[in-house]
Amino acid sequence: MQLIPCPWCGPREETEFHPGGPAIPYPADPAELSDEAWARFVFVRPNPKGPSTEWWSHAAGCRRWFTVLRDTRTHRFLTEPAR
Amino acid sequence: MSRVEGYGWAVDRSRCLTVTVNGRTFPAHPGDTLASVLLAHDVVALGTSVTLGRPRGITGAWTEDPTGLVQIEEPFPEPMLLATTVEVTDGLVARGVNGRGRLAQVPDHARYDRRYTHTDVLVVGAGPAGLTAARDAARAGRSVVLVDDRPTPGGTLTGTERIDGRPAREVVDDVVAELAAHPDVTHLQRTTAFGHYDDGFVLALERRTDHLTHAPAGRSRQRVHRIRAGRIVIATGAIERPVAFEDDDRPGVMLASAARDLVHRHGVLAGREVVVATTNDSAYAAACDLADAGARVRVLDARSEVPRGRARRCAERGVPVTADTTVRGTRGSERITRVLVGDDRAELPCDLLLVSGGWSPAVHLFGHVGGALAYDAVRGAFVPGAPLPGVEVVGAASGAPDPDDPEETPPRVLWRTEGDPTRQFVDLARDATVDDIARAVGAGMTHLEHVKRYTTIGTAHDQGRTSGLLAAGITAELLGRPVADLGTTTFRPPYTPVAFAALAGRERGELYDPVRTTAIHSRHVAAGAEFEDVGQWRRPRYYPRPGEDMTAAVLRECAAVRGGVGILDASTLGTIDVQGPDAEVLLDHLYTNLMSTLRVGRVRYGVLCGHDGMVVDDGTVLRLAPDRFLVTTTTGNAAAVLDRMEQWVQTEWPHLRVRLTSVTDHWSVFAVVGPRSRAVIGRVFPGPDVSNDAFGFMTWQGTTLDGVPVRLARISFSGELAYEVNVASTYAPALWDRLLAAGEPEGITPYGTETMHVLRAEKGYPIIGQDTDGTVSPHDLGLGWAVSAKKTDFVGRRSFARAANHDPARKQLVSLLPTDATTKLPEGSQIIGFQDDGALPPPPVPMLGHVTSSYHSAELGRPFALALVRAGRERIGEVVHVPVGTALVPARIAATVLVDPEGARRDG
Repeated sequence: MQLIPCPWCGPREETEFHPGGPAIPYPADPAELSDEAWARFVFVRPNPKGPSTEWWSHAAGCRRWFTVLRDTRTHRFLTEPAR
Repeated sequence: MSRVEGYGWAVDRSRCLTVTVNGRTFPAHPGDTLASVLLAHDVVALGTSVTLGRPRGITGAWTEDPTGLVQIEEPFPEPMLLATTVEVTDGLVARGVNGRGRLAQVPDHARYDRRYTHTDVLVVGAGPAGLTAARDAARAGRSVVLVDDRPTPGGTLTGTERIDGRPAREVVDDVVAELAAHPDVTHLQRTTAFGHYDDGFVLALERRTDHLTHAPAGRSRQRVHRIRAGRIVIATGAIERPVAFEDDDRPGVMLASAARDLVHRHGVLAGREVVVATTNDSAYAAACDLADAGARVRVLDARSEVPRGRARRCAERGVPVTADTTVRGTRGSERITRVLVGDDRAELPCDLLLVSGGWSPAVHLFGHVGGALAYDAVRGAFVPGAPLPGVEVVGAASGAPDPDDPEETPPRVLWRTEGDPTRQFVDLARDATVDDIARAVGAGMTHLEHVKRYTTIGTAHDQGRTSGLLAAGITAELLGRPVADLGTTTFRPPYTPVAFAALAGRERGELYDPVRTTAIHSRHVAAGAEFEDVGQWRRPRYYPRPGEDMTAAVLRECAAVRGGVGILDASTLGTIDVQGPDAEVLLDHLYTNLMSTLRVGRVRYGVLCGHDGMVVDDGTVLRLAPDRFLVTTTTGNAAAVLDRMEQWVQTEWPHLRVRLTSVTDHWSVFAVVGPRSRAVIGRVFPGPDVSNDAFGFMTWQGTTLDGVPVRLARISFSGELAYEVNVASTYAPALWDRLLAAGEPEGITPYGTETMHVLRAEKGYPIIGQDTDGTVSPHDLGLGWAVSAKKTDFVGRRSFARAANHDPARKQLVSLLPTDATTKLPEGSQIIGFQDDGALPPPPVPMLGHVTSSYHSAELGRPFALALVRAGRERIGEVVHVPVGTALVPARIAATVLVDPEGARRDG
């Protein structure tokens, strides 16, 4: 079980965290998007083999969300998570 | 009797115990294992093998033994333990396993628990290397956890060795005493590190009572230690492996080190007429020690050169050594009587054949975390390769030569000898032979993982500790490839079998998944309620009177509510307190309808959607103040909705000045429902004017009762005049009692979730998660009125503009009335339409939708259902068919609101 560095609480057990998937920003104006572009936002997620920018939440701890760069091949967190 | 005087440092012969194996009673001593007791009494065959039923005995000294399995009967049934690892207690009853073990048929009342430990250094293994590492770390001021799986420290030291000129066991005792004096050192014996995971995390199982005849009351039987270590030292030693030859599975064939361990530790000679077959130097120690203990011994060395020093020591003891000689087979029935030697298969009489095919470092914990192994072709062993950060492998586990044995000469790497491959057993626990490997290779398998799965080699309780490398070597020979190319199969936890009970710890029975109950749960129990689980909550489902089944009770409760007054404990609804100047902005973002226009004192129904425009939850929103709302969610969805809201606030709109707090448990909520509810509420709360003009639908008012603040809200989930009474949970029992007492003249009837479901279904109110499945939009539910046309954006809005959302053939919520007016359609039933000519369409029969909710209605005097039906609203009036068992039940599609469609009852 990995240790995950919570930016607020420090390293904590993996089971305290909840992954939020790739960090994709909400479109500035959804109404401007074509159906296809909107569908891509809703349903399509990048699935890189390697570094991936992701949302994580310290769900069983401070309940704060943060973004991290994580390597999907090794599960290692590559950067200090951002508050 | 094969006890040897002057041997057996682990055994206290001054005290006697009794154990029973296979119906026979044996005297034993504290410190004995079942294996040492049996071998002390010349019991060599113990059970039979799993598929072929061949006799099986004890072949190892510890957890590497593939064969010596016992079923414990007393003190508590336990399947498939190794006789070598069972410490005897007085009255222990066991039998050899014939084929497979048997699980206990009685509940296990023993306690299992768990402990979390953080430490600078974890040392696994208390042999010389591990003890040294632990001592050095302790002296350097580190916190240390030292675990070792055997009953006593010292690893495989026999007691004859010397360390720095002193007897080894004295040195061990000194180090143990030094460690015990350090406050930051935890030293646990009988504790197996069985899994190694990321970032220095190790799981270890401590066996705390099984070795005690009288365990202290209250002590847990086993404990799982969850250890997080800054540095891990793996000092797990090495495991001897055999060589495969014909009938190598016959009882009386043992690993050389096992027999040596047995004589020193337990003072037991496993045989008197001993042949030692070896490929390496290590077995000479066993040969000499057994000869010293009184056995007649002969050594066969597979190598052409016999090491000179060792040959001399054998000669001193009259132990003949033959070079360039291997074992080809064995003879005997349930115990070996002869060994077949060399190309001419000459027969040598014996009652014990000791085998050594070399040593495999115990690299399991290194492998669990993906440590790469390198093949040492000279020693015929996989050893730790590139180092892992924070992990050190020391001693024999590292594959390094024994520093105290400068004479050591290279072994011969030998996996099998000449002979019939169908009788050369590789994995004795699985009855898998060299021939099985040949068939796997013949079937085209070139990868060890495939060979393992095809032959099952390495999948038994011992996980191939003695057979894995043998299988690799034989596979490599058959493929004509180097062993190094094949590598090993993946090392996975657990290292030794771990009982589920130990992993569960105290989280079983009531603590497995704790139940949430409301503040007045005891009232429901006293009232004889039948309960149902909703999410984590246990809610009253109905309150049967004597002789009533659920249908009768629910019909009575429904009639009481629609005809008089009922009361429901609705405290489980999720409640979120939303506070801050931007609270209204957040709710406008989240809900499909406008919340910012809600005035203080008012209540609005709201729908939450996902990005995809599908309904995820619904509930009511009370505006308590300009900057404060109280939001309710469905019972089962409360945590998920709060999480979703938090995610939005924190990730997309961090600029909003708003805070969310779960207050579900703070407030108890009672719904007082029915045409007579106004009288009851008016009687209990003299303060507010409860008339419809002064206290309208979808408004709330604060009041006090005996100085206790109470919030009243005109919210209805049944279509009837109704009041929700909110009070801090401390006061909930008192208020519940007051409401029941005040409602007595009206015949106030407590009702449960089943009646609540019927009443709401009669009004066409959907339950999210029952009438929806994540593919249902607000419009599909007929909730288009709750979708704002004014707001420029909210979660899910963009998806409503997709063409698919406007498809007239989408499934829509409707009600279904079985035309026979008697059949209650099973929930989940498919709905099919007949062809224009009234015939059943040919298969595949097109499905129009399915039944989502179905009840008997007291009000309608008939069963009815809600259903999602393709183009349902257009089909109102049509008859469709629902397969129920072998019958096709016709049902007419109707609008969702079946009771009081004009809404006349709402205001009383």
